[in-house]
Amino acid sequence: RFRSKRRPPELYWSLQPVRDTHEKQIQLWKELILDYCKAQKVFLIGVVEDFPLFSNSAIDRTLSHEARETFLSAIVGEGSAEWLDKGHRKCLILWHRIQDWADIILHFVKENGLEDSLMTVEEIRSGTESHGTKLQGIDRTILMRTLKLLENKGKLALFKRTSADDEGVKFSV
Amino acid sequence: MASGSSIGVGGLFENAEVTTSGRPVLRRNEVECFLLSSVDLDSEDDPPRFTALKSGNLILTTHRLIWIPSQSNEAVPFFIPLSAITHIFSHKKSIKSMFHSPRIRFQADPGSVFVTIVFRGKGDFDGFLTKFWECWRGRAWEEEEKSESETSRSGAGTVAQGLYGNDGTVRMVGLAGILRKEQEQWESTDKSLQDAFQDLNALMSKAKEMVSLAEKMRQKLLSAPSSQNGSTDDEEMGSKEEMQQWMLSVGIISPVTKESAGALYHQELSRQLADFVRIRLEQAGGMISLTDMYYHFNRARGTELISPDDLWKACTLWEKVDVPVMLRKFDSGVMVIQNKSHSDEEVMSRIRMLVTKTETLRTGVTASDAALTLKIAPAMAKEHLLTAETKGLLCRDMSPDGLRFYFNLFPEIDPTNLHLVKDFGTYGEWVKATSLLAV
Repeated sequence: RFRSKRRPPELYWSLQPVRDTHEKQIQLWKELILDYCKAQKVFLIGVVEDFPLFSNSAIDRTLSHEARETFLSAIVGEGSAEWLDKGHRKCLILWHRIQDWADIILHFVKENGLEDSLMTVEEIRSGTESHGTKLQGIDRTILMRTLKLLENKGKLALFKRTSADDEGVKFSV
Repeated sequence: MASGSSIGVGGLFENAEVTTSGRPVLRRNEVECFLLSSVDLDSEDDPPRFTALKSGNLILTTHRLIWIPSQSNEAVPFFIPLSAITHIFSHKKSIKSMFHSPRIRFQADPGSVFVTIVFRGKGDFDGFLTKFWECWRGRAWEEEEKSESETSRSGAGTVAQGLYGNDGTVRMVGLAGILRKEQEQWESTDKSLQDAFQDLNALMSKAKEMVSLAEKMRQKLLSAPSSQNGSTDDEEMGSKEEMQQWMLSVGIISPVTKESAGALYHQELSRQLADFVRIRLEQAGGMISLTDMYYHFNRARGTELISPDDLWKACTLWEKVDVPVMLRKFDSGVMVIQNKSHSDEEVMSRIRMLVTKTETLRTGVTASDAALTLKIAPAMAKEHLLTAETKGLLCRDMSPDGLRFYFNLFPEIDPTNLHLVKDFGTYGEWVKATSLLAV
């Protein structure tokens, strides 16, 4: 047995009609999408847009709209993604759940001694402290959700000085 | 020559010139077309508008109908110019007419007189009638009228005007002429149609006769008991064999028909079909679609074709009788006939062998590929591939090139360890097959 970066057989670009095969196919694609997004730090997938994972020009195959929606809906169904619109055109990928992100932030705060500090939201995702960490480049929507969750738990407070300013965070971990 | 113009209708019948031996004197360009003897010319009207001409020879020419008395009695030869005839009535065959002498009626001017020609003798009456129409419609006298009116005629009076020409004939001029011509055309067509249908009816009745005759013969052949008597029976047998040969060569088989089998029609049909099907199945590789069978069966029957519904009913009856064939319906709705002994497993294993070859692991198979390898019809091959897919043996790939089926590797892929590319099992084989391509 050996590990390889090579992708599994290019056999499953067509939606399989037979139930057992279909379910296996969904399972495979779910894993594939989540792994890819985590590795590439992709937080948002536009269903009708080009997405490298959904096409393979070498064999001239691309996932149909129906297939994409099917697979993404399956991920949404297990809680690792969210549809941002009713038309199912934009999908927020939560390869870390919100709760996971909350833990990451708390860890980040402790690691950097920011227990009583003030930071802007933007600093959290792109400041020097976050360089090289999981937080770097995190999707803003996800970050806000996470911060709100932590606020509800009393771990921090969100505020805004003026409408022109970015939102600020006061940790009270 | 007797003066005979006044037999009743002035101007219609005219004296006909005859030679001393009784032959008519024909005019320039006049051609004799037909001769019949023992002909009467009667008046249809009551009271009769002319004295009947009895028992004479009727001569049809291109220009005239000439009647010459057969006996040198008081009667005088007369003629009616064809141009005087306004209407020839179509002869309707009826039961009554079969017992009477044949007759033709026509109407002529002046006076719209109805004349009946009664043919009391033997002769080709139908031929005469045909010629009569031809000559009348041929209007040979019109050619001459044209040429005559162009040259100056001695003794000719004023140029003919109106409907009647100089010699008393009716001229086809003007609108009346056109209308009359149309009418004639109509009548002629009508007559031809009637004749044609007569022939068709005759043909149909003959065909029925033939079939019943053949059936009788067949019954005789079938019911003839074998006997051990002397040579007379040998002769009989010989001739019976001859009859059988003859019947075979004529191509009459005795298919099961609704008349012959009655209430047992579908049952008997069902058995006949089962026999026929067995041979066909072998040729088709064990499975044949219902539509193909419909075509083959009816083609073999030749006549007394069965409807698709009857075929289907006959197949469904197989469940009730002990025959080695069965009707099967696929999920896709396609209905096929197959041997009861047909094994899906056997076909599956053949498909499995096909799709796990190195080449087909990589490229997959289409229905036509499978048809070639399995030696069955493409439609049947597709059904088998779909069945294999349902059983999880195959998965599909739909591309612009069409639908292809591949060995289903999904079960061999570990979803928790996606990037683990196995080097054993069919997965391993697939890897080998695809890595043969330089990417």
